[in-house]
Amino acid sequence: MTQQDAPSLLKLRGIRKSFGELEVLKGIDLDVAPGEVVSIIGASGSGKSTFLRSINAIEPADKGTMDFEGKHLDFDFNSRFYPSARELQALRSRIGMVFQSYNLWPHKTVLQNVIHAPMRVLGQSRAEATEVAEALLSRIGLYDKRDSSPLRLSGGQQQRVAIARALAMKPRLMLFDEVTSALDPELVHEVLLLMASLASEGMTMLLVTHEMSFARDVSSRVLFFDKGVIGEQGTPDKVLRDPESPRLRQFLHSILHDDLTVAGTDKGLIQ
Amino acid sequence: MTQFWNDVQVYGPGFLSAAWTVLWLTLLTIVVSWGFGLAAALGQRSDMKAVRATAAFYVWFIRGTPALIQIFIVYFGMPQLGIRLTPYTAGVLALAINSGAYVTEIIRSGLSAIPIGQTESALALGFSQRETMRTIILPQVFRIILPSITNEALSTLKNTSLLSTITVVELTLYAQTLISATFRPFDFYIAVAIIYLLLTTILTQLAAFFERRYARLY
Repeated sequence: MTQQDAPSLLKLRGIRKSFGELEVLKGIDLDVAPGEVVSIIGASGSGKSTFLRSINAIEPADKGTMDFEGKHLDFDFNSRFYPSARELQALRSRIGMVFQSYNLWPHKTVLQNVIHAPMRVLGQSRAEATEVAEALLSRIGLYDKRDSSPLRLSGGQQQRVAIARALAMKPRLMLFDEVTSALDPELVHEVLLLMASLASEGMTMLLVTHEMSFARDVSSRVLFFDKGVIGEQGTPDKVLRDPESPRLRQFLHSILHDDLTVAGTDKGLIQ
Repeated sequence: MTQFWNDVQVYGPGFLSAAWTVLWLTLLTIVVSWGFGLAAALGQRSDMKAVRATAAFYVWFIRGTPALIQIFIVYFGMPQLGIRLTPYTAGVLALAINSGAYVTEIIRSGLSAIPIGQTESALALGFSQRETMRTIILPQVFRIILPSITNEALSTLKNTSLLSTITVVELTLYAQTLISATFRPFDFYIAVAIIYLLLTTILTQLAAFFERRYARLY
């Protein structure tokens, strides 16, 4: 199920992170194969967002090692593999991240948002970056908004631009941190559709999500985070329909109420 | 009326050059004070305690003492330490140090108004801290603080009159010399006030122009 035969793109060992006295991540191991879509679910405070943010070191781990694209990083401060600022930049430029609150830059137009990093970080020419950006904006259906301020767009449109901005860097891995949680319900679908189409193209993705139907239909694996450890993991079918631990059963029950969409097979995002 | 036009012809050129002095003193001071303000505002966020403490001391000292005393310290006090500056250099330096402390506070409030997500999204794309600050954060801060920074620039313009005390021939000192020769304080102080008003109006209009331009971008 975890494609153990395929060489992993991302290998994490013993990831630990504390905020003051509070230990949020208590030693996480994870292997992600190319093309895998891993959904992370769990109660708030279970460490799932912190874990995602430790992968691109926006919030670097205190301990643990990481192998990504053949590069070995050790987040123990005393290690000779402790990443330099430059190594972290290189790592981040290869990993796309999309946030709950979009975080588009309001002083730049939609197009400028998308071409800024390819030009400044990758050193692409304006023409080159614009060509890629316009193709991405066409794909997300916002080509005609390229000269607008992002603030004039709906939440769903802003989030699609944020995804395009990350994709313009041609990342090897995409991280999605509760990207639909801030959206009005009717705007959630357009963002999930875009993510599903990325997944079907073979993009390797890790996402923290509350969208159980998306986790069920699109991901190859689901992780259940519980108090800073991976409490349970497996195929969506296994984790969501046949949970082993009482904690996971309780969690699923609490978020689904009497909603049976996960148990049912109807209304899938991808038929 | 003929008396008025006669005065304009006689004293006008002198006032014009004094006004010109005020203008460039102000512009120079603003540029330098922004440098001080930016350095101290970023210093307040430094990882190094000594840098944070220095920035805090700077703001505390300057905001807690009169501008006039600061000018005297730079112009009259420094020579005792072997540093002798011309009145103009000392004047610009002292006013910039003074204004910089207020600019520090303005920039600090502007920085704290930018959501952390703006920085995070830039870092996540591979930007350095420096590049993030320069191309993502500061341009937004500048738009936010434009009204307050305009106020501060107006203060700086008016504070140049304090430099009359250290022999900088700007509007105030020029008027005083005329008054001591003509005994017409009302006429000349009113003239000075009108010229200051003209200069401050130009400055506010300039700021309003930039504010409108940025508002259009949103």
